[in-house]
Amino acid sequence: MVSCSRTPARWRSLTESEARLVDLISEQIIPTDEDPGARWAGVVNFIDRQLAGPYRRFLPDYQSGLIGVEETSRAMFGRVFAALKWDEQTALLRALESGKAKGATWETKSSARFFDLIRDHCMQGFYGSPRHGGNRDYVSFRIIGLDYPQIIGQNRYKKL
Amino acid sequence: MPLKHVNALIVGAGAGGGVVAKELAEAGLTVVLLERGPWPQFSDHDHDELISQRTTVLGNSFGPDDSRWRRVVVDARGREEIVLASEGGYSNVAACVGSGTASYGALAWRFMRQDFRMKSTYGPVAGSTLEDWPISYEDLEPFYEKAEWEIGVSGTHVENAFAPPQRKPYPMPPHPFTREGVLLDAAARRLGWHPFHPPMLRNTVPYGGRPACIRCRYCVGFACEVNAKCGTQNTVIPRAMETGNCDVRTGCVASEVVMDARGRARSVKYFDPDDRLQEQTADVIILACSATETPRLLLNSRHELFPKGIGNRYDWVGRNLQGHAYCGAAGLFEQEVYDDIGPGVCVALCDFNHGNPGLVGGAMIANEFIRLPYIFTGRRPPGSPSWGLAHKQFQRQYYRRSAGAQGPVQEMPVFEARVDVDPKLKDYWGNPVARLSGSRHPRDVEVGRFIADKCEKLLQEAGAVQTYKRIPGLGLSGGQHQAGTCRMGSDPKTSVTDRFGRVHEVDNLFIADASLHVTNGGFNPALTVMALGYWVSQHIKTQWKGTHFRS
Repeated sequence: MVSCSRTPARWRSLTESEARLVDLISEQIIPTDEDPGARWAGVVNFIDRQLAGPYRRFLPDYQSGLIGVEETSRAMFGRVFAALKWDEQTALLRALESGKAKGATWETKSSARFFDLIRDHCMQGFYGSPRHGGNRDYVSFRIIGLDYPQIIGQNRYKKL
Repeated sequence: MPLKHVNALIVGAGAGGGVVAKELAEAGLTVVLLERGPWPQFSDHDHDELISQRTTVLGNSFGPDDSRWRRVVVDARGREEIVLASEGGYSNVAACVGSGTASYGALAWRFMRQDFRMKSTYGPVAGSTLEDWPISYEDLEPFYEKAEWEIGVSGTHVENAFAPPQRKPYPMPPHPFTREGVLLDAAARRLGWHPFHPPMLRNTVPYGGRPACIRCRYCVGFACEVNAKCGTQNTVIPRAMETGNCDVRTGCVASEVVMDARGRARSVKYFDPDDRLQEQTADVIILACSATETPRLLLNSRHELFPKGIGNRYDWVGRNLQGHAYCGAAGLFEQEVYDDIGPGVCVALCDFNHGNPGLVGGAMIANEFIRLPYIFTGRRPPGSPSWGLAHKQFQRQYYRRSAGAQGPVQEMPVFEARVDVDPKLKDYWGNPVARLSGSRHPRDVEVGRFIADKCEKLLQEAGAVQTYKRIPGLGLSGGQHQAGTCRMGSDPKTSVTDRFGRVHEVDNLFIADASLHVTNGGFNPALTVMALGYWVSQHIKTQWKGTHFRS
C-alpha cells in the first residue's frame, strides 16, 4: 500500500543527521564571506541527490566517513562536530585531509581519501549547474563574474 | 529473418566511419552504418558542465553509459582496476552519431610532413616502435582538402610559417582573437615566434546550410547549441543518407566480425537496440570504432585462420596505444584577460613541433578552451589551498584573470602500451571488455617539460604575474586522442593493415579510424582521421567491380 499521509523524507539518501553534518562540512569547504557559501547554495542537496543517482556507489563511503568525522571530533575536542567552533572544525578537516586523523574508522580507511571525495563533491555542487540541486540561483557564477544566461551576440571584439 | 545483404558495412559513425559512409553511398554502393549510440541532441545535456564529454563526473553526456560499459585498466605496477565509462582511465570517446566530432573542440590540423616520417627524421628511438607511415603528407593532402571543404574548416592557410603546402585555402575565415588572444599573439611575436589563427571545424560564417558560431563559452565537451560545429553527424552522414543508399542503424553494438572458409570477412554480428543478436552480411566491411574499440572487436573475432583474433597473426593488434602527453602552463594576471567570448582557443603556434634541439618531435602550442567554473577549481599553483576561504577568494579573484597555453606532445609509440581483451570481465552483452595496460615513453615527459617551459615563457611575456606548469607523467596514454593500435604498414609482420587500411591477409576488411596512425602528430587528430576516411574510401571505390569487391 502506498500511503500519501506520511510526511515524505526530506533527504533521498542521507539521514537527517548525516545531512546536517555534510551541510556543516560543505560550509567549511566553501565558506560564506561577502558572498554566500555552500550552505546557502544548497551543496548538501546536490550531494544527497547524487548519492541517490550517479554517486550511489559512494554512499557507503559517506556513511562510514561521516561516522569517522564524529570519531575524530570526539578524539580531538571531546564534542560532536556541530558543537565545535569554526576554527576547530577547520583544524579537524585539516587533520582528515592530511590522512592523520584519529578515529577507529581511519584505521582501515583513508581519511584523506574521504576528505578529497567530499571536497570535490562540494566544488561540483557549488560550481556546477543548479539543475543538480546546488549552486542556487547560479550564485557561484555571479561570484566569479560570469553572466548567466550568457550574453551572446554583442560585437565586443575588433574585426580581423 | 536474415537481414538483406549490402555492399558495404561500416561499424562506427565517427570521424572516419561517417566519411566512408558518404563516399561509398555516393559511389552507388548500398551501405549500412552501425553506431552503438543515438543521434546526439544538444538538449539532452545542454550546457551542463558536470555531464559533458570533458568533465564526466556525473556521466558521459553522449555515452558510453556507466551501466553497460566497463574496462579493465592495469597500472604500471600491474594492479588491475575495473573502471566505469565515465571514469578517467576508461579513455572514452563519445558513443553517438558523429562520436567525438559532435562534442569536440574542433581543431582541424593537418599533420606536418615530418609527422609521417618520424623515424626517417629522427632515427630509431630505444624502447619505441617508432616508424614512418607507409603514406606521405603528399598522399593525404588532397583528402585533407576534401575534409576541409566537405565538412567545413575556418582558418587562414597563409599565416602559419611551418604549415605544409596547402593547395586550396580554407572555405571560411577564422574567428578574430579574443582579449586573451590579442595578448598572447603579441607576446609570441615579441619572442620571435610565429602565432596564427588555428584552423577549426567550426562555422565562422554560414556554411553547409548551418549558421555561424555564436561564440558562447561552452564548446569542447558539448554539442553545439546552434549546430555551428562541423562534425560528421551534421555533414557527411546526412549526405550519405540523402543518396538513399545508406541505412544508419543507431543503438547497435557490434560484437564479432565473422569470416568465411575462404578467409574473407562475411558479416558482423551485432546487438540491436532491443538486445537481439543480428547478423549483417556485406561485400566489404570497414571498422571505424576508435583506437580502443576497433582492436577489441578484432581480438574478440576468432577464426581458424586467426586463432588470436582477426589480423593478429603477429600480435600487433592493439599495440602502440598512443594519445597525447598534454602539457602547458597557466598564468595569473593583474588585469582581466577573460572577455567571455568562446570558444577560447584562438591563437596557436607551430614553432616547436619539430627541430627542437636534442628532442624527438614536439607539440603545437595554443591557448585553452574556456575553463568552466568547476574545472577551474582544480587549476591552482602548486601548494595552494584546495578548499576554504583562500580557495574561494582565488576563484573570485582569478577566474577572469587567468590564461593558459598548452600543447599535445607527439608520443613515442610503445609496444607494451596496449589494448587487449580481458580474460574474465564481460560487458552487458557478454563480450570480453577492453583491457588497457602499459605506460608512456620517458621521452614524452622530456618533450613535455620543454613545451611547458615555452608555454610558461609565453605567459610571462604576456604579462602574467605568476605562472605554473603542468608536466605529463608516465601513466598510460589514450584518452580522446587515442590512436595507433592497428598501425598501417608495408610489412605484415610489423603492422595490421596495408597502406590503404586493408587488414593484412583479409581482402575485404578495412579499418578507417585513428587506429591506423603510425604516430599521432603533435596535433589534435580529428582532421587526419577524416582525411584517412577519404583515403581508404578512395581505394575501396577504385577496387570496386560492380557487385563484388575484388573478385
